[in-house]
Amino acid sequence: MLRRSTLQRAWPAEGATRVPYWVYQDEDVYREEQERIWRGAAWSYLCLEAELPEPQSFITTFVGDMPVVVTRDANGALHAWENRCAHRGALVCMEARGKAERFACIYHNWVYDHEGNLATVAFRRGIAGKGGLPADSKPETQAPKKLRVASLHGLVFGTLSPSAPSLEDYIGPDILPRIRRVMKKPVKVLGTYTQILPNNWKLYMDNVKDTYHASLLHLFFTRFRINRLTQKGGVFVSKDGAHHCTFTEMVEDTGDAYEKDGMRSAGSSKDFRLENPELLEQADEFGDRVSIQILSLFPGFVLHQIRNSLAARQVVPKGVERTELHWTLFGFEDDDPAMQRRRILQANLVGPAGYISMEDGAATGFVQRGVAASADRASVIEMGGSTIGSSDSRVTETAVRGLWQTWRRYMDL
Amino acid sequence: MEPQLQLVVEHLHARYAHALDADRLEEWPQFFTEHGTYRITTAENEERGLPLPVLYAEGRAMLRDRVASLRHANIYEPQRYRHLVSSVLVERTGEHTATSRANFLVVRIMQNSESLLFASGRYLDRIALAPEPRYEERVVICDSRAFDTLLAIPL
Repeated sequence: MLRRSTLQRAWPAEGATRVPYWVYQDEDVYREEQERIWRGAAWSYLCLEAELPEPQSFITTFVGDMPVVVTRDANGALHAWENRCAHRGALVCMEARGKAERFACIYHNWVYDHEGNLATVAFRRGIAGKGGLPADSKPETQAPKKLRVASLHGLVFGTLSPSAPSLEDYIGPDILPRIRRVMKKPVKVLGTYTQILPNNWKLYMDNVKDTYHASLLHLFFTRFRINRLTQKGGVFVSKDGAHHCTFTEMVEDTGDAYEKDGMRSAGSSKDFRLENPELLEQADEFGDRVSIQILSLFPGFVLHQIRNSLAARQVVPKGVERTELHWTLFGFEDDDPAMQRRRILQANLVGPAGYISMEDGAATGFVQRGVAASADRASVIEMGGSTIGSSDSRVTETAVRGLWQTWRRYMDL
Repeated sequence: MEPQLQLVVEHLHARYAHALDADRLEEWPQFFTEHGTYRITTAENEERGLPLPVLYAEGRAMLRDRVASLRHANIYEPQRYRHLVSSVLVERTGEHTATSRANFLVVRIMQNSESLLFASGRYLDRIALAPEPRYEERVVICDSRAFDTLLAIPL
């Protein structure tokens, strides 16, 4: 059992259909989240296995505020541990990625192995019988924390919790097949970048799970009829509400629901076409005619397939009002040149300059700024009612309600 | 160094920067040859030999599509850039071709007057000198892997 929350806050009486704005603003909420969620019983995405291609390779990342080293040892096993020296707390590993036999803290040359064990202490016995650590000294008591690591179809996750369920059980049977669908063979990294979001991390996860916004905020979608809510699609939500997956099938939408409702994003489909539409050409590589699949795992992981663009997005909170979104775009090892070209052209759809994703950082930042004086007010999350579960309609906020149900469970609020 | 060639290339860079900073986006594709390419990437991806672009356009039609989308589809807070382009090294590669390496800084100015050093990096260009000087290829290598909020206006 978690201890009672120390937060002096009460959730609005409406329950699942309201999210009070203090959740995005309070320093104490942020601190509590670090402990209960990021360093608690949640599994966090760490990297792709493809980023640790050989024995003795490593990559550095974050789980919430905690700096983490992820390694593959000489025998090929994966490990993750806190990037903090047992001695004085300095970063043990300064480089973003690479290969190493050992990890030596630069400060006083305390050395760690790939499992994060303290291997040697410089001058532990002093020099010429003088100095050094006392015989009964146990600096290992302050050793870097070790994470449980699990790899799922090439995606590497970690948790500090010894009692968290297995990664498969954590994700659950509704969402697992949708991960397997994308991660169907060995991947190769195409590149990475970071988008800095001027908002609380949960506003980004809200946004990802909000199937209602996609075709209303992102006009590129509707202008080119890539994703309209009138197209066939749906949303899966895991039983506990924590994870979601939404998809859209490839059909040319010739209806005019947006035009009838006078939507800002309504079309000009007749007079607004791309001069060079090669960018939108999709090969049905998964054989199921799904053109877009957006999948999220609590607390901060997103796996996307947007046409032939594939990516892992990792959410890294950087304080109450700042979030880093680490994008890793990938293809498959056996991609032919035509597929590689598609993925490169469709890189234009995503990321900070993405035709259909650039607005997300702006919109969530607008919420952060809009609610500045309204900690006592709440957002209204009633699209599709008040239930949490899978739906064949995307005009619903069911997955957003699932996020908050989960968050409240972790936070005991 | 050929002083005349240096001036021609620096003039091209200067006109390009002023067009973007003055929100004359419609002129932007005209700085490229018909099949000219434009690619924004990061120093990290470039050093790792990874092909991922942040933004990529091949030919003027794709460049015009980017402008059309910025004008008619994408939504972003009003903002301007100020480009500073310097340290231009030009090399002649043929009678009508040259390459250029230059540094850039881009300050982003929001409507609330907040100014941010938005990007720094290098332009690596292949330039066709005739009939008009234009970019056959412009590669924008950003020093940082991080982009604040979004990258709408081209660099």
